[in-house]
This record gives sequence, structure tokens and C-alpha cells, in this order.
Amino acid sequence: MSLGAVREPRQARSKAYVSLVKALGRGWLRDRSQVFFTVLLPLMFMVLLASVFGSTGDSASRVLAVGEVPVLDDADPEDFTVTAVADLDEAMLMLREGDADAAVVQEGDTVRIYPSPTSQTSGSIAAGNLSALVDNVNVEVLSAAAPGAPVLEAEVEEADGGGLRAIQYLAPGILAWGVAISGVFGAAGTIVDWKRDKLLRRLRLTPASVKTFLGAKVSVNLLVAVGQTVVFLAVAALGFGLELSGWSWFAVPLVLLGTLAFLAIGVVIGGIAQTSPGAAGLSNLVTMPMAFVSGAFWPLALSPTWVQWISYLSPMRYLNEALQSVVVYGSPPVTVLPQLGFLAAFAAIVAVVAWKTFKFDEL
Amino acid sequence: MDAAIEVADLRKTYRGRRTGEIRAVDGVSFRVERGEFFGILGPNGAGKTTTLEIVEGLRKPDSGTVRLLGRSPWPHSPELTGRVGVQLQASAFFEFLTAREQIETFAELYGAAKGRAAEMLDLVGLAEHANVRCEKLSGGQQQRLSIACTLVGDPELVFLDEPTAALDPQARRNLWDLMRAINAEGRTVVLTTHYMEEAEALCDRVAIMDSGKIRAVDSPAGFVRGLDAPTRVTVAAGQLTDERVKELAAGEHVAEGPNAIVFETRDPRKLLTALASDGALEGLAVRTANLEDVFLHVTGREWRE
Repeated sequence: MSLGAVREPRQARSKAYVSLVKALGRGWLRDRSQVFFTVLLPLMFMVLLASVFGSTGDSASRVLAVGEVPVLDDADPEDFTVTAVADLDEAMLMLREGDADAAVVQEGDTVRIYPSPTSQTSGSIAAGNLSALVDNVNVEVLSAAAPGAPVLEAEVEEADGGGLRAIQYLAPGILAWGVAISGVFGAAGTIVDWKRDKLLRRLRLTPASVKTFLGAKVSVNLLVAVGQTVVFLAVAALGFGLELSGWSWFAVPLVLLGTLAFLAIGVVIGGIAQTSPGAAGLSNLVTMPMAFVSGAFWPLALSPTWVQWISYLSPMRYLNEALQSVVVYGSPPVTVLPQLGFLAAFAAIVAVVAWKTFKFDEL
Repeated sequence: MDAAIEVADLRKTYRGRRTGEIRAVDGVSFRVERGEFFGILGPNGAGKTTTLEIVEGLRKPDSGTVRLLGRSPWPHSPELTGRVGVQLQASAFFEFLTAREQIETFAELYGAAKGRAAEMLDLVGLAEHANVRCEKLSGGQQQRLSIACTLVGDPELVFLDEPTAALDPQARRNLWDLMRAINAEGRTVVLTTHYMEEAEALCDRVAIMDSGKIRAVDSPAGFVRGLDAPTRVTVAAGQLTDERVKELAAGEHVAEGPNAIVFETRDPRKLLTALASDGALEGLAVRTANLEDVFLHVTGREWRE
């Protein structure tokens, strides 16, 4: 038998790799649910969360003036929206309904402030603003009485150059979460599909090796993650005013490493699950709590201490932190080496677990 | 020249937590010559698919040897897989690709010439469905596309694992023509099936498998001959007198019902000539023994589909 048709192995392998990447990539682009999951869903979350977290802080405090409140006469309309009400009972009712942030009563020299019990954050902001207003009036009075005396003046500078609006801390977290769900769901779903349609088994019987096929599959997932990152950051920057640092390009290697870790988790889940709904359920069970303990949707500092401790085990935390450092704060990549190291170690350990526990006979 | 397939004493046992030990393949040996159409016939769960998967190199046996075209299928070698085409029971396709993209991908994996993919689509009658996504094809069309993917690498040896299961009778007949054509081109074909008539219609030789063992191997005609079973001749009742029936039966078994008389005879020619001269051919039916009788004889059990 002549074997003249057999080409040089390496050339054949790279040709097989290219055609597999083409076939798998095409399939991915045509799967609308995949496109929705990886691109649109994170963007929807960004719009939602940006509107939730972005609404406080910028607007003026809504203050109810009960009767005559002369101290409010000097109030800057940018800081206070004043509404006059007849008596305190009416004011309390409005506070309870959430129609105002604080009520003010002035009796002679005493200014009484009633912050909102319904919305405690905006209530305390309003109370703080009102106290500052009272202090300012006092300073003016004292300065007039003793013209030469020095007066301390506090100037508030916002941290990080004042640019850390909601989008700045939301975007890296949501991106990390988006990368996580497309990695975990993608790998778990693919493996369950292979159990059903036996594609991997069929491909094992072609001259292309399993390694070539798995390499092509992982490559497509990595390409998807890069595309997802570029689209997400572009929309966040152009549509929502995210300010990208000069180091933002380093998001790409970070996301690639993160994707490897999340794919490994997905392979473990795909090994356990037997059906598509099962794989999706288990993936949710892993990614949802992970997002909540990793500071993906709000700053970790706002979470209780035990959550912060758990977060040390989560790869999403490290991806989030590293993305925040390089994309938002513009720190050079050297500063995120610890996060990179953890992501790499996590990916390696889970990949070994996946490899050892996987039942290849099921594919 | 080496045989297409040589299998010696394959054994494979599954140990399930609940099911206990199952001897899926229990000492299977057979040999398939080049150019042969070889069938493995048996009921579901007989061990056909496991045997095939071991022969193809998808599973490792507990013991025993396999030679495909003179080589071991294990470990995976591109030289061998390039000469063997396999169709698995489930149609394994890349998701969301059209029939053409599907087969072109397989053509590239096998390193086939450029025009080969289109040629194969034509051969299996799917040229006009080339731009249809795989999941939108009917069951028969999917099976044909799957066979086209199997053939695209121009294999010398083709494995088809129950390709006609779950197809309607018309689609099944179409696939039979295709399988005959594949074999006629000089390719060795190994087919597993649980349809008796399919094995009878297509195969040069058939191995009857049951409970993990090959019970017998022969050509369909050889099996029936070896059975030495009588031919059953049926005619409508009321055409013959009781004496004449007794005479024609000539000592062999005869059954008389209200509507029909059934003769069992070893000499159908003599009986049929006599019936013709009596003018008693109304409602005539002649049934020779078939593989179903062979299966009953070989395994001692009724055929169950």
C-alpha cells in the first residue's frame, strides 16, 4: 500500500487547526444566544448598575423648609432644592414617602435637621451639607466680628483626581464577570453538547488529533474573550464616559489568563452535568455567588469582612482588581503581578483537577 | 495482502455501581476480507457498537487484538485514520454550519482534494441542500451527510453503525442503494444493524451477535441453507379435497385452517408443480426460511427488535 498521500505531519496539523478554528468560530458567531450572553448581557448590566449607583451624589439635596428658615436663604441652588412646607408633621410624612432627603426647622439660633429615615445615604449627605451650610454662616458672622483672625478652611479634593464616577469602578467588575460567565458557561455547555452529539468522538477518528481539536476550541474561546473585552471597553468609553488609561491594552493578556481559569471551571462542571439545563444551572451556581463575593457589582470594601475573606479564593476577584488597576488607575502591569500569579496558579490547579476527574468515555 | 480487519478474542467488561459486571464483548473473533460487505447483526444491547468502537480504536479492549489494514488502531495514527471512514450512531456535526461547510471542514481534516466535498454531496444527493444548516436537515438527510463526511477522505475501509435506524422505509431503501454503491467502488464496508432484511439485502457475510458473543458467521444464503428448514407454501382453503391434501403433504407437516392450508416441504418444486396442475394456486404464498429463523436457531431465542 502506498502512503504517498500523507503530508508532512506538522503542516497537516496546522492546516487542520486552521480549518477547525474556522468551523468553530463560524458556529459561535451564528449562535445568537452565545452572542447575547457574552456581549449584550454584560452591557445591559453596565447600563443597569450605572443608573443605580450613578444617581446619588450628583444631584442636589432635597430639603424641606418647615416655616421660616433664614439659614437657607444663602443656600446655593446647586447644592439644595428647597421646598417650603407648613408644619413638621407634613414634612415627616414626605420624608417617609421618600419625597425629600431632610427637613429643617429654625427656631432662633437653633437649626434642627431631620435626615430622611427612608433613604439613609442621601439623608446623611443632606444632613452633612446642611451642617456645612450652618458652619459657613457662622464663619461669616465670626469673620465680621473679628476681621483679622485667621480662619481654617477645608477644601475637599476627590480621590483619584475626582474621576472615579460609578462607571470607573463598575466597568472592570462587570467585564470580569462577563468574561467569567462566557468562559464557565461556554466550556460546560460545549462538553455537555459533546456528550450528546459525539462530535469529539467523531473527530478522534479523523487524521487530526484530539489535541489539535481541543487547541482550536480553546483558541476560539480566547478570541471570543478578546472580542468581548474590546467591544465592552469601547462601549463603556464612548457611551458611558469610562476613561481608559494608557495601560488599558494590558486588559487583553489579563482577560486571556482569566478565561483559561474560567474554562477550567467550566470543564469540571461539564464533566459533572449530563444535560444542557444541568450545565447552565451548575454554572450559575458557581458564577453568581462568585460575582457577589468578588466585588464585580459594587466595591469589595462595602462588603462584610467574611465576604472579603472568601473573595481571596475567587479568580474573579483577582481579574477584577487587576483590570481596575491597569484600565482605570493606569498602574503599570508590574503592579498586578500578584493577581496574574494567582490567576495562573488557579487555572493550572483547576485544569489538573478537570483532567484527573474527567470521564473521557462519556464523550 | 493483509485482511481489511482481523480481530482476535476481544473482551471488554463494564463495571457499573448498580448494574454490576456486564460482559459487553465476550471473546469476539472475526476476519473481514478486502472489498467485502460484512454485517454484524444482533438485537440492541448485543455488543455490536462496543465491538465496533474497539475495532475503530475509540475504546481499548480489556484483552484481545485488532488489526486494521494490517495495523493496530491504537495509538491514534494519522496514516491509518486517513484510510478508514467511520460513521457513528449519532450524527456528529459542527453546530450551526451548513451541509457544505460541514463536509468541507471534514475534507480539510482528511486532507482531501478541493473538489471532493462537492462531489460527495452530489453522491449522497444533497447538492441542492448544500446551504441548509445541518440541524434543519431531515433525519435521512443527516444520515446521508454523515456518510458523505465518512467518504470524503476516500477511505479503503468504511464503518457504518446502524445508519438506517430511525429512518422511514423510503429513506432506508435510498440509503441501501448508497451503501451498495460504496461497496461496488471496491471499499470494504462493515455495517451493524438490527434489521434482518437489511443484512440479508446488503451483506456478503453476516456475523450474528448476541450477549457479547459472535454466535455464527456465514453468508445469508449459506445460513438459510445450513438451517435445512422446510419451505412453507400457503394456498387458500376450499380448493383441494382432504385426500388430495394428505397426498400432497406426502408425510410432511400440514396445517389446515378455515381460510388457508399451509404445507411445509423440503421439495417445493414438486409441490408447486402439483398444485399448478390441480389449478389450486389461489392465495399462493411461498416463504423460505430467512435470517429470522436463523437467529432463532443460532441463539435459541426469538428475534426481538
